[in-house]
Amino acid sequence: MLLWLAISLMTGAAIMAVLWPLRPRVGDGVSDGQADLAVYRDQLAEIDRDRDAGLIGASESEAARTEVARRMLRVAQADAANRIATSSDRRRRLAAAVALVGVPLFAGGLYFALGSPEQGGQPLAARLDARPEQADVAILVRRVEDHLNANPDDGRGYEVIAPIYMRIGRFEDAARAWENAIRLNGSDARRQNGLGEALLAQSGGVVTAEAKAAFLAAQADDPKDPKARYFLGLAAEQDGRPQEAASIWSALAADTPADAPWRPMLDAALARVGAPTSGPSAADVAAAQQMSAEDRNAMVRGMVDRLSQRLAENGDDLDGWLRLMRAWNVLGEGGKARDAAAKARVQFAADTQALGRIDALARELGLGS
Amino acid sequence: MNPEIGHYALVLALAVAILQTVLPIWGARTNDAALMRVGPSLALAFCGFVALSFAVLVTAYVSSDFSVLNVVENSHSLKPLLYRITGTWGNHEGSMLLWALVLAIFGATVALFGGNLPARLKANVLGVQGSIGVAFTAFLLLTSNPFTRVIPAPAEGHDLNPVLQDIGLAIHPPLLYLGYVGFSVTFAFAVAALIDGRIDAAWARWVRPWALGAWGFLTLGIAMGSYWAYYELGWGGWWFWDPVENASLMPWLAGTALIHSAVVMEKRDALKVWTVLLAILAFSLSLLGTFLVRSGVLTSVHAFATDPTRGVFILCILVIFIGGSLTLFAARAGSLRQGGIFAPISREGALVLNNLLLTAAAAAVFVGTLYPLALEAVTGEKITVGPPYFNLTVGALMLPVTFAMPFGPLLAWKRGDLAGAAQRLMLAFLLGLLAAGVAAYAQGGGPALTPIGIGLAAFVVLGAVVDIAERAGIGRLPAATAFARFRGLPRAAHGAALAHAGVGICLLGIVAETSWNSETIIGAKVGDRFPVGGYELTLARLEPRTGPNYRELVGVFDISRGGASVGTIESSKRLFTARNMPTTEAGIRTFGFSQLYVSLGDELPGGGLAIRAYWKPLVTLIWIGAIIMALGGVFSLSDRRLRVGAPKPARKAVPAAKPVAAE
Repeated sequence: MLLWLAISLMTGAAIMAVLWPLRPRVGDGVSDGQADLAVYRDQLAEIDRDRDAGLIGASESEAARTEVARRMLRVAQADAANRIATSSDRRRRLAAAVALVGVPLFAGGLYFALGSPEQGGQPLAARLDARPEQADVAILVRRVEDHLNANPDDGRGYEVIAPIYMRIGRFEDAARAWENAIRLNGSDARRQNGLGEALLAQSGGVVTAEAKAAFLAAQADDPKDPKARYFLGLAAEQDGRPQEAASIWSALAADTPADAPWRPMLDAALARVGAPTSGPSAADVAAAQQMSAEDRNAMVRGMVDRLSQRLAENGDDLDGWLRLMRAWNVLGEGGKARDAAAKARVQFAADTQALGRIDALARELGLGS
Repeated sequence: MNPEIGHYALVLALAVAILQTVLPIWGARTNDAALMRVGPSLALAFCGFVALSFAVLVTAYVSSDFSVLNVVENSHSLKPLLYRITGTWGNHEGSMLLWALVLAIFGATVALFGGNLPARLKANVLGVQGSIGVAFTAFLLLTSNPFTRVIPAPAEGHDLNPVLQDIGLAIHPPLLYLGYVGFSVTFAFAVAALIDGRIDAAWARWVRPWALGAWGFLTLGIAMGSYWAYYELGWGGWWFWDPVENASLMPWLAGTALIHSAVVMEKRDALKVWTVLLAILAFSLSLLGTFLVRSGVLTSVHAFATDPTRGVFILCILVIFIGGSLTLFAARAGSLRQGGIFAPISREGALVLNNLLLTAAAAAVFVGTLYPLALEAVTGEKITVGPPYFNLTVGALMLPVTFAMPFGPLLAWKRGDLAGAAQRLMLAFLLGLLAAGVAAYAQGGGPALTPIGIGLAAFVVLGAVVDIAERAGIGRLPAATAFARFRGLPRAAHGAALAHAGVGICLLGIVAETSWNSETIIGAKVGDRFPVGGYELTLARLEPRTGPNYRELVGVFDISRGGASVGTIESSKRLFTARNMPTTEAGIRTFGFSQLYVSLGDELPGGGLAIRAYWKPLVTLIWIGAIIMALGGVFSLSDRRLRVGAPKPARKAVPAAKPVAAE
């Protein structure tokens, strides 16, 4: 509301800046020549002052006077009559109309194209002072971060923040937070699964060796843990061992109640590797079953191609490049994976940390560096 | 305050600037008094809106409003308040807004204090100013919007480049912009004169103070930038012939020529067309400087080619304003009435010589700066034009300028007496020769250029003294009379002498520093002693410290001379945590006009630190000289008399040297 008031006032001020001086005024119609003559008269007076003060000699002052007088004569000849300013009602009305209509239209139009009138100011102090239920996510995260910077050994803090990092897409930070939670609070299935999922999200859905290690640790803690078992099955599938995946998932399915929320996902996975599903087949399962191996392959390839294209247009996405290297590798395209690694190295030539990660992944995938 | 208010104010500023361009010039064409009156009120409104917009952005920085992208990218909530404020213009968008603000303030000043200007001239000037306002606000809104929002807002910013977290950022860019943009006023006057095809009597009166003011600010801005680079970069150099520096030097050279030719024009009504051209050149070079620094073309011609939106926009601004004004000049210069006449040997003649040499120097810098860029753009070949080129060309042009400098003020207007001037300068010349001799003896061999430079510097400073002494009649008249005359001299005369002396002092600093500086590069551990230029430094201790947003390692050195301790010096390396970027803070201690300069390098594998220490004799004179030059400008600026040059009347009996036309 306040913003609209300010906008109206400012627009009004801009219009008034045109309308106010357009009022007719007495004294319109003074020749510019008068202004010139005034300057010259002042100059003559100054020459006299200087002569009286002894700064210039009599003959010099006489010469200067002659010069000024010459200039005065020229002005008088040149524009005695023809430079008297006038004013016309037609032009005045036109200018007023332009200001009244043009200014709001132009400024309003441009502002709506560029501005974000629905957003208020967000000074940091006010955001930090807001009650927790009103604070935005970034501020909540910042508060926990500030707290963790001051108390780097508070394991509970890491556990609180890790899922939030996952939700706002900061997967690297989530993985680091889970690692810290594991370091400080000990390893358990929930934390290891969290770490595994964060790593998985970071690599764009590929179960990396690190992620697999996390899920294995989770399973070691709780052999029946469904999440770890599901992702270990996925790891087997991605490694090209559908049989092993099928057996892991079938065993999991046997332990899973029919109304478990992850049941449809599990069934879809089973259908993908061609194992019988025990539960009622969902529509997506059917769809996946109908899809031939070739089609599935083509679909995956399409996705990878799109990723590759996006990176070619805008290469400033390290995680994207890492995902692409993995994806080509999983699809058995070692050459393309190596090519992606090379491009990524060029892109991040100035960033040693990024180069380190690219090289590490290349080694892990056996691409040679 | 809501950032959207600033955004809308900027949009309105563009709307107002468009009207300011159209209405007053239309009024001047049709001789319509009411339309011409709109100019000043629109210039004030433009200033108000841009100032509001700028204030809103500063507020966003101070309050760390991270919903504004520009704040996120260049600020940090832990930064000290001063750097949160200066950070506003420590980035592309903010600095362009500052540019627009300075432009708006100057426009408003013309509107407020231009009551005695002829109405048509004022209308045209404000119209031209308005068109510059249109170009820069449109550039801001369309390519460099400082009010772009990010929603949801991050909770912390990326911090400002640590090199810029310095008091220098608070002073240098505003001074430089006051200089650059100050020339927009003289430009507007020049174009207004061309549009109308006539130069009013008031024209020169107005152009001179604006040119002087802009020149003074630019002088200070360049000196400040040079000192900032000197202490912040840690290399001990004060001028690198870097394109960014050259970008500010070119308008300075053209502006120096302009203030001199404006004097001729004001006092003698001559050199009109040339003054108009110089006014156009000075601002064109300012625009070019802005283009070089702001388009990214310097960082890499290729980076410029891949994201050319900004660069192409500025290039269009350049083409329209420079091309447009020069075309107008070509079409209209002929219709400007020629002014007074003068003999080649005269004050005017000396100023013409100064003008020619200064413009040639500006051209040399221009070629050296742009040729590598052009070559890379055309052939892809990368070359660097380095100090040798600039020292040779600019040096060769500046030497005669400085040598001729003391003669100019001693020549009379219209027709001068060179022999008489030389006679009066004889004492200064002899003393300069003596200084050169002493320098040569003290140096005992070495490059011949050093004693010549020292002698020249002394000659210039003493020449300025002689000028004032001659005018006051010191030595010829009784002391009381001479003193009264000295005080009664126009402040412009004092200003000119002061500025000329400043050049000499600056030259002295440059010659002394480049010829006699000494450097010690050493790996030192705590307790190590090493000599630097007559002093002994001991690395007393190394201590880590923590600042608000950085950590630093401070080296404390004890200084001794001949066994006696003369104080300590602290030099540090800072690591700014947000960007993980290091900076060096050189330790500087001033002895008289000379400085001891210590900067810390990397840690060495065997323990200890690499340390660079310099002894820089008379180095501060470089900047003191520049400050004196600017002070001369202030003196001259405060001289609000009308200033008519009293010509020396031609003697009837002796045929004078044949006068030549001014243009």
